[in-house]
Amino acid sequence: MKVAKEPPKDALDGIKVADFSWILAGPLVTKCLADHGAMVVRIESGKRPCAHRAVAPFKDRKPGLNRAGYFAFYNANKLSFQMNIDHPRAKEVLRELIMWADVVVENFSPGTMDKKGMGYEELRKIKKDIIMLRTSNQGQTGPFAKHAALGMQLVALSGLSQLIGWPDGDPLQTTMVWTDFVVPQFGVAAIMAALDYRDKTGNGQILDLSQFEASLHFLAPPILDYVVNQNESMRMGNRCPCAAPHGAYRCEGEERWCVIAVFTDDEWEGLCKAMGYPPWTTHDKFSTLLARKENEDELDQLIEAWTINLSPEEVMSRLQAEGVAAGVVKNGQDIYEDPQLRQGNHLWPLEHKEMGMLTHMGQPFTMSETPARPRSPAPLLGEHTEYVCRQLLGISEENFSGLSSDGVFE
Amino acid sequence: MASTEKKNSFLNNHRALDLTDNRGFLCGKILADLGIDVIKIEPPRGDPARKIGPFYKNIAHPEKSLNWFAFNSNKRGITLDIGTLDGQEIFKQLVQGSDFVIESYDRGYMDELGIGYKELSKINQRIIVTSILPFGPVGPYKDYKAPDIVGMAMGGVMFGTGEPERPPVRISFPQAYLQAASQAAVGTMIAHYYRQRTGKGQHVMVSMQASLAWALTNTISWWELDRQIFQRQGIYRAGIGAKVKLRLVWPCKDGLVSFMVIVGALRYMEVLVQWMDSEGMADEHLKAIKWREFDMSKVTQSEIDEIEKRVGRFFSMYSRDELYKESSKRHIPLAPVSGFDAVLRNKQLRSRDYWVDVDHPELKSKIRYPGPFLKFSETPMTIRHRAPLIGEHNEDVYLGELGMSKRELVMLKEGGVI
Repeated sequence: MKVAKEPPKDALDGIKVADFSWILAGPLVTKCLADHGAMVVRIESGKRPCAHRAVAPFKDRKPGLNRAGYFAFYNANKLSFQMNIDHPRAKEVLRELIMWADVVVENFSPGTMDKKGMGYEELRKIKKDIIMLRTSNQGQTGPFAKHAALGMQLVALSGLSQLIGWPDGDPLQTTMVWTDFVVPQFGVAAIMAALDYRDKTGNGQILDLSQFEASLHFLAPPILDYVVNQNESMRMGNRCPCAAPHGAYRCEGEERWCVIAVFTDDEWEGLCKAMGYPPWTTHDKFSTLLARKENEDELDQLIEAWTINLSPEEVMSRLQAEGVAAGVVKNGQDIYEDPQLRQGNHLWPLEHKEMGMLTHMGQPFTMSETPARPRSPAPLLGEHTEYVCRQLLGISEENFSGLSSDGVFE
Repeated sequence: MASTEKKNSFLNNHRALDLTDNRGFLCGKILADLGIDVIKIEPPRGDPARKIGPFYKNIAHPEKSLNWFAFNSNKRGITLDIGTLDGQEIFKQLVQGSDFVIESYDRGYMDELGIGYKELSKINQRIIVTSILPFGPVGPYKDYKAPDIVGMAMGGVMFGTGEPERPPVRISFPQAYLQAASQAAVGTMIAHYYRQRTGKGQHVMVSMQASLAWALTNTISWWELDRQIFQRQGIYRAGIGAKVKLRLVWPCKDGLVSFMVIVGALRYMEVLVQWMDSEGMADEHLKAIKWREFDMSKVTQSEIDEIEKRVGRFFSMYSRDELYKESSKRHIPLAPVSGFDAVLRNKQLRSRDYWVDVDHPELKSKIRYPGPFLKFSETPMTIRHRAPLIGEHNEDVYLGELGMSKRELVMLKEGGVI
């Protein structure tokens, strides 16, 4: 009989996180920690629950704080601790929670935590080596620190929006708020460095993560181009200066598209072969990269005349077989069903307590010794309040029911 | 400065060998910013990515690539051809004294050379090898070619991006591998922390496609729970409330601002209407709306259109700066759609001393760079030095650290190994 292999030890086993964050930029940081084995306690207010618990899509289209797909998607492996941190007796519990935690994460607008008596200096009095990640739109200091802004305003402010769209059209945004998915990576990397530093020196610290500042690292070359050459980069649709064709081509079906990118002569030959060498491909207008760049509009039309009669999957597989870069422009359904993402274990189907089988996001990378893994589905609101108090914080049963009847856990 | 260096030194006794091309530079850059001694290993003639523009003063030259500058500052640089047997031997020697290897070659290339994770872990069991791959190590697309645009398509980002009457678009400055490389830094640092506690190294494998799919917000949930696919809407945004689209880009007197009519947990519409009213621009229709009872899940498109019409008229009377200043005072989420000229002038960034002027002695110049990605109170980061020139640290590393003789170095140079 085969002996069951012991589950691998998680990379962050034993690390404890008190997570006061909500919506995206903070919860994505703590999701990564949780997926790698950290114990993440999300402190949630019943009166003002995470906005993602309250937005569609809902299971069976029935709204409910435990029925929102968005919240569930990004919150596997966390515990939900419902409490009103403004309650007069909340301090008693918060104190225990900070004592328990290695890391505190929050993404309120700057000043909010301080007003609640939860600023870094206060936390440090409770636990000397606490690590506190504070992430906000524009950082904890400076004249615009408290400016209310959503991620999408940051996409505009950072210069990114200017780089999305057509040269003759408006600056656009991606479906997702791009910066929300840039910032968390910097946050997690920094927390790891801070934990390492704490282990070596006994010192905690405060990590001030300005989403504006971190995001600019994804735009550093065009920024330097402006600094040095005063060249303001602009959106160029799907064009690329050193490739032709390079774009999205309409395929058979409704809103079906395939992208194709040809950089080298070999790839051009591969494309011509895959298309069955139509006569126009031998024309001087298209024989070199420079010529193709010059006649790119016409080239795009000719290629689309070929793709329009094929499914995007067919275009992709025929071209990839000839060594040409091509890919289906995947919509939500395609991604949901994507065999690659499923086989790579990036999407986790988990039995959610109220919604049943539901896809939760995993992590985009795998680790040979300590892979991220699902241990529990996204929590119901307040699902672990008693567990956290009694088991993790060691609050007595009597004390817990007293706090509970006083309304601390609302 | 000296004290900063000292504090920052807690990671600089760790070394990373960075074999990546443009697909992975950012990973090593994040490690280098955190203080790790990152050695960028280039082929003897220089990294192919040095031909990627833009260039310093628009001069296309391998030592003038701004793309190279941007993602390789804080690293040291040596040349080494790992395709040669001598190169592989030298690489293995370097691995013995290193903590990390980062690479973005085609899947399996390192194994073919006999320097894949398995072999390297035999030499140094603490080694962490991080591989940045288009689609990860397994699956039907694992060997597909995937430049940025293929990633943006296959990762699901493009479909919803663009104008309704035109094809889906990517982001004009490539982002797909920046996502992958930043995720690679996350995996690498998690593996590092695990190693600190257990002594065990491991292999981190990143999927660029999954790094993008990770960022799709509720796209997957919308399909799973509601069978909805959102089409691209240009300057409008879909999928937030009910079946309505919301305007995201608004013309004002001298340009565009970003703003969205959202009501719910965020209460700013009330404040905006008060502001409009104080300027005599809120009519009875707007004032009659009970914002606290407003339900985004039930609102109709025509109700939204009516509100947006009035807000649009109001914005069109002011300049970007006027709108930004006042909305900041009133805590309304609004921002100018900016270019990099405005980013460089931005008061908030300046007041936080964000920018760092980095010395480029080879150009007899200083260049202003984006500063540290995060402010650590105890272990502040900085940009210590510019990106390496081709082979700039060959002597330091080969003579000083590996103990080669000058004669050997010359032989290896002549042999095309370094």
